[in-house]
Amino acid sequence: MREYMTTRDIVGPLLLIESVSDVTYGELVELEFPDGTRSLGNVLEVDRDVALVQAFEGTRGSNPSQTKVRFLGRSLELGVSRDMLGRVFDGLGRPADDGPEIIPDVRRSIYGSPINPTARDFPDDFIQTGVSAIDGLNPLVRGQKLPIFSGSGLPHNQLAAQIARQSAVLDCSGDDEIGCKAEGEFAVVFAAMGITFADADFFIDEFRNTSAIERAVLFLNLADDPAVERIATPRMALTAAEYLAYDCDMHVLVILTDMTYYCEALREVSAARKEVPGRRGYPGYLYTDLATIYERAGRVKGRKGSITQVPILTMPDDDKTHPIPDLTGYITEGQIVLDRNLHRRGIYPPVAVLPSLSRLKQKGIGPGKTREDHADLSNQLFGAYARGLQAKELAVILGEAALSDTDKAFVAFADAFEDRFIRQGPHEERSVAETLAIGWELMALLPRAELKRIKDEYVAKYLPVADAAVEVTG
Amino acid sequence: MDQGKIQKVAGPLVVAVGLTNSKMYDLVRVGEEGLMGEIIEMRGERASIQVYEETEGLGPGDPVEATGAPLSVELGPGMLEAVYDGVQRPLDALEAQAGAFLARGMTAPGLDRAKVWEFVPTVKPGEEVAGGDIIGTVQENTVIEHRVLVPPALSGTIESIEAGSYTVTDTVGRLKAADGTTHDLIMMQTWPVRLPRPFTKKIAADEPLTTGTRVIDTFFPIVKGGVACIPGPFGAGKTVTQHQIAKWSNAEVVIFIGCGERGNEMTDVLMEFPELIDPYSGEPLLKRTVLVANTSNMPVAAREASVYTGITMAEYFRDMGYDVVLQADSTSRWAEAMREISGRLEEMPGDEGFPAYLGTRLASFYERAGKVVCLGSTDSESRTGSVSVVGSVSPPGGDLSEPVVQNTLRVVKVFWALQDQLAFQRHFPAIDWLTSYSLYLDKITGHWAEEVSPEFRGRRDECMAILQRENELAEIVRLVGVEALSAEEQILMETAKSIREDFLQQNAFRDDDQFSSLGEQDRLLQMILLFHHTAIKAHEHGAPLKEIFAAPVRDHIAHAKYLSDAGAGEFDEIASEIETQLVGEGPHGLETAVYAGGER
Repeated sequence: MREYMTTRDIVGPLLLIESVSDVTYGELVELEFPDGTRSLGNVLEVDRDVALVQAFEGTRGSNPSQTKVRFLGRSLELGVSRDMLGRVFDGLGRPADDGPEIIPDVRRSIYGSPINPTARDFPDDFIQTGVSAIDGLNPLVRGQKLPIFSGSGLPHNQLAAQIARQSAVLDCSGDDEIGCKAEGEFAVVFAAMGITFADADFFIDEFRNTSAIERAVLFLNLADDPAVERIATPRMALTAAEYLAYDCDMHVLVILTDMTYYCEALREVSAARKEVPGRRGYPGYLYTDLATIYERAGRVKGRKGSITQVPILTMPDDDKTHPIPDLTGYITEGQIVLDRNLHRRGIYPPVAVLPSLSRLKQKGIGPGKTREDHADLSNQLFGAYARGLQAKELAVILGEAALSDTDKAFVAFADAFEDRFIRQGPHEERSVAETLAIGWELMALLPRAELKRIKDEYVAKYLPVADAAVEVTG
Repeated sequence: MDQGKIQKVAGPLVVAVGLTNSKMYDLVRVGEEGLMGEIIEMRGERASIQVYEETEGLGPGDPVEATGAPLSVELGPGMLEAVYDGVQRPLDALEAQAGAFLARGMTAPGLDRAKVWEFVPTVKPGEEVAGGDIIGTVQENTVIEHRVLVPPALSGTIESIEAGSYTVTDTVGRLKAADGTTHDLIMMQTWPVRLPRPFTKKIAADEPLTTGTRVIDTFFPIVKGGVACIPGPFGAGKTVTQHQIAKWSNAEVVIFIGCGERGNEMTDVLMEFPELIDPYSGEPLLKRTVLVANTSNMPVAAREASVYTGITMAEYFRDMGYDVVLQADSTSRWAEAMREISGRLEEMPGDEGFPAYLGTRLASFYERAGKVVCLGSTDSESRTGSVSVVGSVSPPGGDLSEPVVQNTLRVVKVFWALQDQLAFQRHFPAIDWLTSYSLYLDKITGHWAEEVSPEFRGRRDECMAILQRENELAEIVRLVGVEALSAEEQILMETAKSIREDFLQQNAFRDDDQFSSLGEQDRLLQMILLFHHTAIKAHEHGAPLKEIFAAPVRDHIAHAKYLSDAGAGEFDEIASEIETQLVGEGPHGLETAVYAGGER
């Protein structure tokens, strides 16, 4: 054990320690402050005999002359075991419920290692979330990372909890046209970074009420916990997830909330280091740093389990071009965007369909996965809704009378689409067959000639021949 | 070799002392595990090293070993179908060594040393050869014949050369240089990645690189040896466009660099390319492809190196006389890697924290593209090769005024601007026809006239003009409604819509739509314009607009893009339907009275 009392500077969460030897980059550090409180930290930089250490649990109570610094000769690790299921931990992976210490099966560095791209298996198993706005238009697949872009006050927590509760993979081996829910070991790993007690409590309650808690692992760093600790929290969660997925063959859904607070913690450290900032004061390596979190989603060839990530972030001022949502969108495979206007109009889930996207949907839907018409139908729903919204804008300027009959049909479609397709109850679970059926009912509101993006054979097969179908020309 | 010691570790940057005989950009081995690194700054005796692997666990006092050579790639048979990381380590070899997750300090040669190739000489003993000349061939796979070249710096007389089975390091022959020294000839060359490979001369590029994507080939074409960039916000379809070009372009070799992008995208390429059939060779696409995969979570310094690794390999295939396409997805991640390293070096930043040399680096990278007369003596005038570079740019917030886009636009000749508004409407490829441009258009018009049709350029220009006019009229429509337009303008609006929906929109995931030949593109335009002119004429003769727009043939036009090339006859059918339905008699024809003029 190498212990030093040679701290020179303390700046925010950082300590500069002199006259050290054999210190390595990334090494775990234990700090003991004069009042006896302890904090963990790690080495950010080492130059000759000077080490720069970031304290995860803050530097309150420390002073230069009496702070004991112990270098532990290893990096920050998490002891993982199957027994973690059903337990609650703090942001640094220490038990935060009344349960006993975890006896680790193995200790892993929380930084993990990148998956070799050739060892990845392509994510193409459709996950039925039971939410039409996702399943019908932007389906989630196993091994994907699909964030929720939200804003303060929007029901992203409800939606994330609903996804966690309802998610299931379909088994298409039967004769049914659309498979039934497949059995399989499923786990939820939940990491809270800087969210309020109330928000965290909501999730714990949700998990308890549905007894999902049995198969959940929670890591909580709340708003009043040390900010810098948040840098470690998602990595703790992902280390646990990797163990459950690749060692225990489980399908793991990881919910990370709120990534905005994570990035702010990173900015705090960067500012304390006086680094050259990128956009809006965030460090230039924010993209790389976020990638080391998000890219830990995936599937690996030859292993049964998978990691699917649903990170949640609140966009400052609902601005999608802010560096956090922007860089996230460049790494993740799509995004589910929540919209304040829909929310104000009482539509739950307020999913803004047009800017939302799932990049892997082409691989997860279609015959053998969901149904042959799924891709075409979702394309047509998108196109028609976009046109309906355009026509609505036009109507605002010119009055409804100025619209052509076709445009009027699209306006009616757009309203019905929001009301019947997007809107659903927080506890309403729709099978993908139900979702597609609603989609086809809505198609009947449009002139037949406008269904250009759907193959004719599907139209003939699935379009309901109800009298609701309007023939409009011109 | 020098043995140095680490003084400082800060992320991917390590400072070492004791490397006094090393040079800038020399490769070094860092720490006990021998991590790869490159010297990027020297101040006094302190050398700053960017390390291509995770530096956790390194500390002051750890050894640094100089290699005395710059970062180089191995060039020779065995590159095709391979997947490399940013410093040319084959990822499957790393997987065999360490399993599914990347470990540190692994080494694996870029070319398989054990694999035996059938070498067939094309020169005889006694022949004079110069650097760049072909001395033999290896059928690397069923698609590509690998041409073995004399290393650029060597020339002389072939003393011996023999056909047979060799590994890449076996001697296939001997060469006597003018100064009397003899050299072993082997199939493998090594070349420093940051140094462009030499050629005889650059020549003007005038042959289109067709991609099968209509909006690109017809409206904003690129040439073999050209440079293009695809900027766009996330979700606009940069990667899909890049993949489309990698899949369907008429280049002979494709180098695809996944530079700081998603792991699953590389997996997608790896799964899809062996299955997809190249329309030109009839063989799996992977056989003409080299992949360089340095995903966003892999070490950032190797990301910086990956584009150089890729372009050096591209130049090597060019030197054999091939047309090569290099795709870099995304150059912004490369620029960010530069920014990160620059920040660690505590350099004075330029725009948005990017280093001041960002523009120079980008320019010198893109300048390595081009069509050249290959190096060599014997057939130097006849052997040409090209490297086309297509780089995607990921501007923060989709803001095209940011430094990477702006510096890129200064050097590229084709600009495919992706628009998220178009993507929201699911108009794909979301290439904005109003802001995109291609400066190669005039160069290839002659080629089009010969290979496609003499009217193709004219049709393209007319359609472009219609789209421009639509944009102006759209403003009026927004304010006062479509009724305020003249009949001719209303027809124009409908035609523009038809161009957008029936020509520009193309579904990359639909088998019968993802690839469109130039001939087919010409026929589609011809048809849309025929409808346009016929509609105007019909209206002049009194046909009501409503009826013209409701003509059933429009449905056929909308579906024409799904017809294969073989369906050229069906194009004629549609053309005659336009005639009969708009001006002629027939079940849907207009009243005979309205076209009393009868011309046409």
